[in-house]
Amino acid sequence: MGGWAIAVHGGAGVDPNLPAHRQEQAKQLLTRCLQLGVSALNSNLPAIDVVELVVRELETDPLFNSGRGSALTEKGTVEMEASIMDGTKRRCGAVSGVTTVKNPISLARLVMDKSPHSYLAFSGAEEFARQQGVETVDNEYFITPENVGMLKLAKEANAILFDYRIPSAGNETCGAGVESPLQMNGLPISIYAPETVGCVVVDGQGCCAAGTSTGGLMNKMTGRIGDSPLIGAGTYAGEVCGVSCTGEGEAIIRGTLAREVAAVMEYRGLKLQEAVDFVIKERLDEGMAGLIAVSKSGEVAYGFNCNGMFRGCATQDGFMEVGIWE
Amino acid sequence: MGWAIALHGGAGDIPLSLPPERRRPREEALRRCLQIGVEALKSKMAPLDVVELVVRELENCPHFNAGRGSVLTNKGTIEMEASIMDGNTKKCGAVSGLTTVVNAISLARLVMEKTPHIYLAFDGAEEFAKEQGVETIDSSHFITAENIERLKQAQEANRVQVDYTQPIQKIDSKKETPIANGDSQLGTVGCVAVDSQGNLASATSTGGLVNKMVGRIGDTPVIGAGTYANELCAVSATGKGESIIRGTVARDVAALMEFKGLSLEEAARCVVEERTPKGTVGLVAVSAKGEISVSHNTTGMFRACASEDGYSEIAIWSFGLN
Repeated sequence: MGGWAIAVHGGAGVDPNLPAHRQEQAKQLLTRCLQLGVSALNSNLPAIDVVELVVRELETDPLFNSGRGSALTEKGTVEMEASIMDGTKRRCGAVSGVTTVKNPISLARLVMDKSPHSYLAFSGAEEFARQQGVETVDNEYFITPENVGMLKLAKEANAILFDYRIPSAGNETCGAGVESPLQMNGLPISIYAPETVGCVVVDGQGCCAAGTSTGGLMNKMTGRIGDSPLIGAGTYAGEVCGVSCTGEGEAIIRGTLAREVAAVMEYRGLKLQEAVDFVIKERLDEGMAGLIAVSKSGEVAYGFNCNGMFRGCATQDGFMEVGIWE
Repeated sequence: MGWAIALHGGAGDIPLSLPPERRRPREEALRRCLQIGVEALKSKMAPLDVVELVVRELENCPHFNAGRGSVLTNKGTIEMEASIMDGNTKKCGAVSGLTTVVNAISLARLVMEKTPHIYLAFDGAEEFAKEQGVETIDSSHFITAENIERLKQAQEANRVQVDYTQPIQKIDSKKETPIANGDSQLGTVGCVAVDSQGNLASATSTGGLVNKMVGRIGDTPVIGAGTYANELCAVSATGKGESIIRGTVARDVAALMEFKGLSLEEAARCVVEERTPKGTVGLVAVSAKGEISVSHNTTGMFRACASEDGYSEIAIWSFGLN
């Protein structure tokens, strides 16, 4: 084996009644981002740079829940977070509570490269952004009318319930009018904003990198941090692989999901797909999540135990595929 | 089997020449906190409650870098963080950027039990604290003269300082001065406990890094880095946050036990000796079987531990090892 490989995702937990044109839009975006990554890899850009490049693209497009198009807090504002990790020396950078930075993944990269720390948040992160001269905009820039509508529905559904098994009300006003009993993170699937975007890459030198970015949970408490900026939970890259997760943040954090894939490869000798399957099957209990992963030998894999995950993968031998469902 | 408890007050380049007046108050505090934890376990308190109780005590003690006695940011302010994890359910809670909450670990516990989230930070966390009616106090309560001096020194040295046990000294001191190379690390308090049924829990709390950037988050509130507990073991780490995060230290101890069949001690040593750079990490851990491990690749780590079979230790350095 060998050669480069790349995978991207736009979130796990998809409404089974998602209109066809929305599915098409998603697949087009995933394809475009994959192609961006593939070109970069073909021109020998290192894995870490490819990850940042591709995640920036996913953040900038309002379709998925990150950057512009982020889910809204209970106060109707946007608080974004992201993390990036370079498998070579396991260097990492993360940010949370970002409100004006156009591309949080790039700020996370700067934390990794230009600060003595690994993780900066809220006003400290914003201040660092200004010092670094990154592109900033008003918080309103990130808010889309669609998400304003979603927030309203989430509040009506009295969502983010402590007991995720409480049946939800109000979901007949959304989706294609068909009531769906599926829930994710306490929200009916039809108004759940699949969280997070991510990218994992192994380059021609066998170096792995991973990056994840999100606006977080719709209607979340302000100050709530999820799995995306947490190294070992939402993002991990080491010598053997790169992983990015999406789904129910609590489950991903408790399961230290991204690290788990690497750990079973390192300590149990599992191959990439086996490791991904094991983690999804055995490490999620009642939690719902998905992940994408690449290995240093050029393999790519993904897995999810929930209803759909927006994803795409490509390898150097010409293989390319995007998908949403099983 | 049987209960066991281990707690720490930070790992770092604690010099063997640490004068008694700096050593004794900490040893006394460790002794007192150990006693509290042991009594609690003996009276069958659940390990999750025990670790919270002990860490609250450590936070209240001004000699350690958590709660009162927290080190200061580069703006001279306080930003505290903590996390707690229950081994049975793997439920966890974490907080960061606290400025007025007297016991960060208790707020972390409330996040775990009273919200659908795991981790709240900064303004959102402070707001939640008010809603919950937890004890809050003016931020100045946490600031000690010693830490003001430490910050001043660090800023003069223009370096982010992790080791705060260094006596207040001139920068040009010729004594062994870990500050000089900026590699000294210390920070954080933590506690892990297991009862005779094998229920495990872990809790960690800190003020962070001296002279840290405002908004800097370390390993302490990151589940899998500074804190972890499952059905096999409970771990609380301390040292250089950035290294602990990259090394997913607390999780790795458990992962080595689970996937490679290592014993608690072997797993802890592997992580500390082989998977993290020297001088960066210390940890305390207990296993479901009631074993204890105290491992550090730093010069020292303030810690205390005890188990049901009568074993008990309060120490700073480790002799005859490495």
